[in-house]
Amino acid sequence: MRLLTHNMLSSNIKGVTNGFPLRIEVQKVIEKPVDFNPDFLRHMFPMIDWNALVEASRTMGYPDLPDSADAAMLDSDDFLQRFHHSLLELHLEEGALLCPETGRRFPVTKGIPNMLLHEDEVEVSGARAPGKLSGIALFVLSLLPLHFFSHLQ
Amino acid sequence: MWYLCVFYHRLLDYRKPEVESLAELFGAFNLSDSDSDNRYVENNGNPENNSLQWRLPQHHHPDSPFHFVNLPSDDIARKIANRSILVKGVYELWGEGSTYEELEEAIKAYPDERKLPYLTSESTFKITVDSFGKVISFEEQNDRIRGFSYIPFKGRVNLRNPDHKFWLMETDDYGVNNGLPPVVQRRMFFGREVGTADRKLLPTYQLKSRTYLGPTAMDAEMAFLMANQALVAPGKLVYDPFVGTGSILIGAAHFGAMTMGADIDIRVVRDGRGPDCNVWSNFKQYGLPMPLGLLRADNNLPPWRPGLKEVFDAIICDPPYGVRAGGRKSGGRKLLKGVVGPYTVPDDKRTDHIPSTAPYSLVECVHDLLDVAAKMLVMGGRLVFFYPILREDDTIDTNFPEHACFKLVASCEQILSFRYSRVLLTMVKIGPYTEEVAELARIKHLEFKKNHLKWLEEGNLRSAVFSPLDTQPVGQVILNLIRTQA
Repeated sequence: MRLLTHNMLSSNIKGVTNGFPLRIEVQKVIEKPVDFNPDFLRHMFPMIDWNALVEASRTMGYPDLPDSADAAMLDSDDFLQRFHHSLLELHLEEGALLCPETGRRFPVTKGIPNMLLHEDEVEVSGARAPGKLSGIALFVLSLLPLHFFSHLQ
Repeated sequence: MWYLCVFYHRLLDYRKPEVESLAELFGAFNLSDSDSDNRYVENNGNPENNSLQWRLPQHHHPDSPFHFVNLPSDDIARKIANRSILVKGVYELWGEGSTYEELEEAIKAYPDERKLPYLTSESTFKITVDSFGKVISFEEQNDRIRGFSYIPFKGRVNLRNPDHKFWLMETDDYGVNNGLPPVVQRRMFFGREVGTADRKLLPTYQLKSRTYLGPTAMDAEMAFLMANQALVAPGKLVYDPFVGTGSILIGAAHFGAMTMGADIDIRVVRDGRGPDCNVWSNFKQYGLPMPLGLLRADNNLPPWRPGLKEVFDAIICDPPYGVRAGGRKSGGRKLLKGVVGPYTVPDDKRTDHIPSTAPYSLVECVHDLLDVAAKMLVMGGRLVFFYPILREDDTIDTNFPEHACFKLVASCEQILSFRYSRVLLTMVKIGPYTEEVAELARIKHLEFKKNHLKWLEEGNLRSAVFSPLDTQPVGQVILNLIRTQA
């Protein structure tokens, strides 16, 4: 998982009001080189939550991002290189993302964060829907002639 | 300027929308440089202005491979043809006619200032004879080429690598109608090639040579078409919420996009079939940049942080609408039915616990997709996805899903069976994701939750596609069988 992905994710457990940023539990970080594309970085910059990126980057062992950033810094090649490295090249291969509010662990294995919620974390309304029985009845009826005739045989 | 656009005789419904999308991508609709930015905004507000003028040759059926299209320049025409999957070639028409005499007259009447630059003594050229729906023998081809002696070619012939390529294309009444569009009258076209498609892409990317495949992997041709509909270009960020084995994102990555994907099935995105047989290895196989992110997530409960919006330039996907692969969403069947209450998994079992999922109805799936896309696409960004329809009495239901933030710009039908088709919908985001839109989506979301089972039954496409046509005759047949055996 790259930090770009981390920057976009939050914990969407029911009742959680502040699920961002997810804390990172590091077991294994790897670096994967990615082609440097300044246009893409400039395009992504306004969408990035900078504080979350700086914090995540530190946790992953790369403390070289400035504490704050603004669009003017995008002209600096040095800044872009650091931004690029932090956003795209650091990978959390094994570890977890932790919900800041509940501490719920979203495991990251083989670089894939598992954001799927458990049964008790999903908002469910338990109303039983009408029409199910008639559906089954129809289904059984449609099968009846076949069974009936095969029985005769 | 009018060009002759010749299509491959495939996916007829997809041909013109592809050319129109590529025309937009290559700037055919915002030509003047000084106010291009303003024009772009204007065009985003009115995507209906972004259609090209088309014309059919005399007596030609709309399914004909031959069309005329008005494009601003040779340069744009060439770019469209080179990038396209369904355009065989775009040609500057020098003449057309129903007989060779008519053709000669037309070519002679075509202005010299358009012809002479391509006939100079220092250039090389080649003439190819092509036909549609019939075969022309080698001798006949040579005779026809010799017949062009009235064109003052000054250059040398070079068959391998000519500077200029000329084409004689013929259609003739082929008698039997074997699925080809009817031809009323013989017609011939002569023109200079401006650009051709690169179909070599397709054997390179064909599914049968791909390492990691799923049962619903998108074939390469369609994946490229979808990328073209989505105006994929280098540096753009493309997302597929039902990524599977990554077959759609591979098409987008080939055209230079950065990609991201999610799937509810963790085995597909994380494990694949081993270390060198997974989504990553599929990208590696073609030397494409790896997806920026792959994650396991539920499109019904997307894990995007609050406030995050307008991130993706395009969302391209083939939602699991339940015919070959059914959709799943969070929450078990019993849970959604209300038979059991939400249960808590003990802490020691949480790590390896696989949360239950329930079937995801088509209507809900499409609703969620539109909502996520409305929020996460940039203004002017495109949502390209397949939508299934039932065909009844050859009339198709054209009530496609609608959304306040989107305008439908193309719908292309691909008939899959006697009873069922899929339509590739291309939508452009024309309105911002406002509080009201979000609130409406939230109410609808809760409504779906309440009536989960009802929607599931009504939206059960699979049973509609595979149910017997008419139960009565089948019963009759069985009855007769029993009688004869008795």
